[in-house]
Amino acid sequence: MFLKRKSMNLFRYVSLAILVASVSACAGGEQTTSPGNGTDSSATNLEGKVAIDGSSTVFPITEAMAEEFQKANPKVRVTVGVSGTGGGFKKFCAGETDISNASRPIKDTEAEACASANIEYIELPVAFDAVSVVVHPENTWAECMTVDELKTMWEPEAQGKITTWKQVNSAFPDEEIALYGPGTDSGTFDYFTDAVKGEEGKSRGDFTASEDDNTLVQGVEGNKFAIGYFGYAYYEENKDKLKAVGIDDGDPSNGEGCVKPSSETVLDSTYQPLARPIFVYVRKEALERPEVKAFVDFYLAEENRQYVEEVGYFPLTEEIYSKAQTRIADGKTGSVFPGGSTVGVKLDEVL
Amino acid sequence: MSSNPYSAPQLPDAHSSDFQPALNKRYKLDRFFEFLTWIATFVGLLVLMMLLYDVISDGASRLSWQFISSFPSRRPAAAGLLSALVGSIWLLCVTAILSFPIGVGAGIFLEEFAPDNFFTQIIEINIGNLAAVPSIIYGLLGLQVFSRIMRPITGGPSVLTGGMTLALLILPIIIVATRESLRAVPNSLRQGGFAVGATRWQVIRNLILPQAIPGILTGTILALSRAVGETAPLITIGALTFIAFLPPLSLEGLQTDFTALPIQIYNWVSRPQPEFHTNAAAGIIVLMVVLLTMNTTAVLLRNKFQKGRI
Repeated sequence: MFLKRKSMNLFRYVSLAILVASVSACAGGEQTTSPGNGTDSSATNLEGKVAIDGSSTVFPITEAMAEEFQKANPKVRVTVGVSGTGGGFKKFCAGETDISNASRPIKDTEAEACASANIEYIELPVAFDAVSVVVHPENTWAECMTVDELKTMWEPEAQGKITTWKQVNSAFPDEEIALYGPGTDSGTFDYFTDAVKGEEGKSRGDFTASEDDNTLVQGVEGNKFAIGYFGYAYYEENKDKLKAVGIDDGDPSNGEGCVKPSSETVLDSTYQPLARPIFVYVRKEALERPEVKAFVDFYLAEENRQYVEEVGYFPLTEEIYSKAQTRIADGKTGSVFPGGSTVGVKLDEVL
Repeated sequence: MSSNPYSAPQLPDAHSSDFQPALNKRYKLDRFFEFLTWIATFVGLLVLMMLLYDVISDGASRLSWQFISSFPSRRPAAAGLLSALVGSIWLLCVTAILSFPIGVGAGIFLEEFAPDNFFTQIIEINIGNLAAVPSIIYGLLGLQVFSRIMRPITGGPSVLTGGMTLALLILPIIIVATRESLRAVPNSLRQGGFAVGATRWQVIRNLILPQAIPGILTGTILALSRAVGETAPLITIGALTFIAFLPPLSLEGLQTDFTALPIQIYNWVSRPQPEFHTNAAAGIIVLMVVLLTMNTTAVLLRNKFQKGRI
């Protein structure tokens, strides 16, 4: 009786061991077969996987592209994550993703990380965003602000000192300003500080910061003396509750006087310096896989630019798109923004 | 009072001036305390009701079969949370399968087998500490160990990676719950078992565990409920946001990329379009239904096992 029971137990353990072994074998086998699937398929019947991660700003565009691409190519699995521009580059430079969404160009330190891992990439601008400065609709004085006024209001030296509108411009009322802006991890914050102060990340700290732009919208909406900034899509959705401030960069050559954000002013590059390009970075090696190449082509194709507008961004000009397509065809790697700053850079010239 | 220790102790006397019955006052205090506990209960309920009202009034109109059976989309009206819901259910199963045996096993060892020495005390303190570690730290651990080092097994930021990370996250809670339930079983039961010649294993298997299992299950399900609502560790390990396919119902599914309900809800909340905010509210309702289903299961299981208790 005892013996029998022991052998029964032994049998159980052995079968369990076999089960575990077969599980791991299946797992191992699956790993080796999946990369091979994509290479031998024809262009019309693509298979495989496109792994994308990165900025939350670029996410809506990539999501729209992935959604439509997947409808056309049901066997390709496109996945998009949101770990921020910096987090996306970390994964990208570790070779874990094929494409990285970025709301700013790659930084030197990130480029070094990529270089040391032998990851070559192609930089592609995919759309424009307009950083919109917004005020309460009942705000009658700040229809137009110069970049210098914004600088006075937001630079680090203003902390604790510039507290009323009158201090920014003597024509403004003597009322306390309520400042709203994105958190310091945000690409919008980086760009705005770069464009206004001339140095990335240099901003006063005593403003209401939120990673959620909807919170900023609510903040400005609820205070007559508030001012804030965020991406254009959030202004566009809340046009009835907010008013965009016209920006005067003091340079008549790109639009005289005050320019408000709109698709015209962004495209003719008069909404300066707050119109910014946003990017995707494609790993050159991954581009050899037909499904990745097809997805990138789909992303830049003329007929798909409507999706960019649909989610609240501005498509690039024809010229920039064709230059981006040439970059893929030529396999041109590296960034055209060595300092990592896009402020005042004309894309059609540098590409 | 008399200072003489040899004198007989004075019994309280209703007529002596030292004792005042003040019954009215004491009953008042009684009622006051009852009122306080009632308020405490009511505050919790009120918050829950407000939350439910807010979410349901925002999101109930969006709930439909289409919403549950569609993949994410840029169009709020076409978007759904199929991949997120299925991802969350996968995660839940993997987390439960991994954490339950390990957690209960560790709890039984520490409570029933381990000698009380320096090492077990160190282990106990550390388990207590682990229960208080912020969840994002587990995410960082999961990213490095499960997603990167163990990539050949887990397949990167997959269902398995997510499940293992969440299992780690809730292990301390399950261990503590198991130990508390075991400790609540009267010691006389163990001694009775040993007295009739049962081995330690027989005592635990036949006497102690049946008594403790309702408490263990309750603790486990509450821990799993916490795991379902976690976002931070999943985002850290690299869980996705847009994914338009489901993990296949096989072992390969374990190695498939995934997204989960809290991630999808967070993404919708942060979108500019108000229609997406409605989607988020509807997503929260779905998440709450999942949680309520789990808690109901916990109660039912507990009642079922409690019937067999001595």
